[in-house]
Amino acid sequence: MLNSFNTQAVSQPGRWRTFACAVVALAMLAVAPRVPAAESLAATIDAVQAKIVKIYGAGGVRGLEAYQSGFLISAEGHVLTVWSYVLDTDYITATLDDGRRFEAKLVSFDPRLELAVLKVEATELPHFDLAAAVPGEVGTRVLAFSNLFGVATGDEAASVQHGVIAVKTRLDARRGVFETPYHGSVYVLDAMTNNPGAAGGALVNDEGELLGMLGKELRSAQNNIWLNYAMPIDELRASVEAIVAGRDRPAEQDKQDRPDHPADLASLGLVLVPDVLERTPPYVDLVRSGSRAAVSGLKPDDLVVYLGENIVQSCKNLREELGRLERDAELRVVVMRGQELVEVVIKPAGAPEENKP
Amino acid sequence: MTQRIAWLTLVCLLCCAPAWAQVDPDVQNAEADRVAVVERASRSAVAIFANGGQGGGSGVVISPDGYALSNFHVTNEAGKHMQCGMADGKLYEAVIVGIDPTGDVALIKLLGREDFPAAELADSDQVQVGDWCFTIGNPFLLATDLQPTVAYGVISGVHRYQYPAGTILEYADCLQADAAINPGNSGGPMYDAQGRLIGINGRGSFEKRGRVNVGVGYAISINQIKNFLGHLKSGRLVDHATLGASVRSDVDRRVVVDDILEQSDAYRRGLRYGDEVVRFGGRDVNTVNAFKNALGIFPQGWRVPLVFRHRDETFEVLVRLRGVHSQAELNEMLVGGPKVEPEKGPEKKPEKDKEPAPGEPKPDRMPAGHPHQEAPMPEVVKRHFIERPGYVNYYFNELNRDRVWKALVARGDYAGLSGAWTVLGTAGMGDLVEYTLTEDSATIKLASGELTVGLDGELSARLDPPGSGGLLAAMGLWRRFLVSGVAQFGNVSYWGTAPLEGHEGLCDVLLGVYRDVECRFYFDPADGQLAAMELIADEDDDPCELYFHDYHEVQGRMFPRRIEVRHGDIVYQSLDCKEFKFEERAAK
Repeated sequence: MLNSFNTQAVSQPGRWRTFACAVVALAMLAVAPRVPAAESLAATIDAVQAKIVKIYGAGGVRGLEAYQSGFLISAEGHVLTVWSYVLDTDYITATLDDGRRFEAKLVSFDPRLELAVLKVEATELPHFDLAAAVPGEVGTRVLAFSNLFGVATGDEAASVQHGVIAVKTRLDARRGVFETPYHGSVYVLDAMTNNPGAAGGALVNDEGELLGMLGKELRSAQNNIWLNYAMPIDELRASVEAIVAGRDRPAEQDKQDRPDHPADLASLGLVLVPDVLERTPPYVDLVRSGSRAAVSGLKPDDLVVYLGENIVQSCKNLREELGRLERDAELRVVVMRGQELVEVVIKPAGAPEENKP
Repeated sequence: MTQRIAWLTLVCLLCCAPAWAQVDPDVQNAEADRVAVVERASRSAVAIFANGGQGGGSGVVISPDGYALSNFHVTNEAGKHMQCGMADGKLYEAVIVGIDPTGDVALIKLLGREDFPAAELADSDQVQVGDWCFTIGNPFLLATDLQPTVAYGVISGVHRYQYPAGTILEYADCLQADAAINPGNSGGPMYDAQGRLIGINGRGSFEKRGRVNVGVGYAISINQIKNFLGHLKSGRLVDHATLGASVRSDVDRRVVVDDILEQSDAYRRGLRYGDEVVRFGGRDVNTVNAFKNALGIFPQGWRVPLVFRHRDETFEVLVRLRGVHSQAELNEMLVGGPKVEPEKGPEKKPEKDKEPAPGEPKPDRMPAGHPHQEAPMPEVVKRHFIERPGYVNYYFNELNRDRVWKALVARGDYAGLSGAWTVLGTAGMGDLVEYTLTEDSATIKLASGELTVGLDGELSARLDPPGSGGLLAAMGLWRRFLVSGVAQFGNVSYWGTAPLEGHEGLCDVLLGVYRDVECRFYFDPADGQLAAMELIADEDDDPCELYFHDYHEVQGRMFPRRIEVRHGDIVYQSLDCKEFKFEERAAK
């Protein structure tokens, strides 16, 4: 309502016209029948619920929940969610709000932002338009939608919580406190939204407009307090759009180019975990001592997420990507070590070894 | 310096004053309304103190004579009586009335007033996600000054299912809210924005963050409790129900039967392995949780509508629900008290009926005393407590049994009709039927002949005429019940309330045990008349059902013009009663 009074550079007559319009608009609002707040909120909630997705995948052991949340971002079934161990399986299931269950394909993910995009084979789905997402301000009233604790199944609706944005801050300012590769800005919420299974849920304002995505559970290493937060869509949009458009992956024709002496795992001294799945996460099982990989500082349990600029989705994918590179070239690799992203440079064979502390 | 601070404060106040004055009157009114609603709702809240203040929880008064709801896991700590603090700053003595360990509900009665501020019960099926709600209670047992704590939030989910711990503390069809529910809030009220009671708080999802609120709390819906309230007032440990069948979701997202007990009523009504459960208890069943939610709100023994698809045909039937626990298990719970560890992780609930092992002795007495130390019972509590095996508090059973009986005989006492009864009437195509009912026998005379059943031995072997489920025994016991009354019939107790086809609301039900059969007597909630009776010879068989219609006065007492006899899926007889004749005295 107050938008009518937004100060904009307008000429004097324009300003009067704006003022007159605003007065008329306010007068009309005063006589127009008001939709009861409760009804409009129920309608807002129903509209958002239709876009929420329950995601099931790997986990289910040692306190690792095998479920998380997500939301539809295209009519053709693109689902935005967080990148996590839950997606480390060939059998990701996505259950829509109407109870329809789909096998979901992992399109791609961005380890730096800890987001992933899934795709289900369906059309004409209700969805959030990322371009229409709005920024939130401190004090903005918010609703959080998620399948926390996996409490809803089938066509049961996701959980809704309410609160306000308490502060907008950057997580990297809290480095060493919250272990996460995400170092962008976050909305810190006064509601307890980030429960098990809630990651990937949608944060909206009371108009149902998308503000952000609920992040993974984070606990402060200093005081053990759990953080309730969401990542603003502004931080995620470019990466998500690149994934949906396929720009984050090498084009098909590039894949045809193979060098005369392609690199491979053996030449680097790397052994990955047994490749038993269609999409086995490329975890390092063993680094042969004295090998180029060992010299570069790669370690067992590192998860390879980037090779050069390209995202690596699986053991198979890493082998393919290596095969497109010259064996003796310098390789840049990004690995996930614990909750940190670490960049590693694998020097060409025969290059002088760096002094290590 | 002090002057300067004073001056600055004055400036601040002057600056703030206009800001306050500018607050939209709608906002100010809304706030004032909310404060008033919370104040009113707070008056009904109860802080329960158990074990001399070492434990406890919350509760809420639901009637002016002091009936109050709490959680079973709260009152179980307290035992037979407890002290309850209210917002008026007073402590009241309270006595246990009935418990529902499976639903985690307990009914207590506060004593000493007839004008307690009672909460208004809402229709919790109308609650929607996003509705404002608030919890009132005694979190962390903070209310040492008896003033309750209030937390506001929104409804996060409705019709939630939370798995039980073993076979108790199952939260079916519950409400989920982000209003704070902490330890100590258990048993307290969850209100809607208008201050109407929508549920009883009792559980939260806690897991790794410790036992404090994480914005995910659950309340037992008040509609579920309404179904159990009559049973709770019977002073018993009341049981939840099972269909006698378990279900699963198939690939087409249909909910299908994957196991069924052949002794169950559902099986007798035609439900089979692989059939699709379409609706249950008036609700669509789309998920296993939806089925569990629909089932979890009913007490044992109710008849509930079931719609199922067998092959390509759809059937709509009424099914009688069996108990989750065997009588032996219930008695065991009464004796020792079930182990209560609320807010634990999910455990799979066995859906199949639990049968007592053949020959298993049925414990028939409750040992004196509760497992933990109880304070001596105050006089006012003693006047409202009767210990009896098989009951939590027999005082309330007797109270309600006598209430129902008095309402029945208020329009004519049958005690004087102790001679033989003759009922002349027609059935079927106008065939003449004559019943002769005496203290010892029941006889039916038809054109084709006559048949007599004696009432002096074991009745379960004399369920004549064949195919009726025991019509003659039922007619004989109908007369006996009316003439002998609740004191002389056999062992008569108040069972609770249950729905009955063709009647609005819930009927009071008395349970009479005569020799080896059980009779259930249903009373019309509108006028207190005997509306129906069932003779149950074996829980695994269909009972004989008598429905009494169109009461009119005969010799100063009320008698039905029509008696409909049903057994299983058939109407065995529809008797139009033309004449009642009564002998002066019992023929010896």
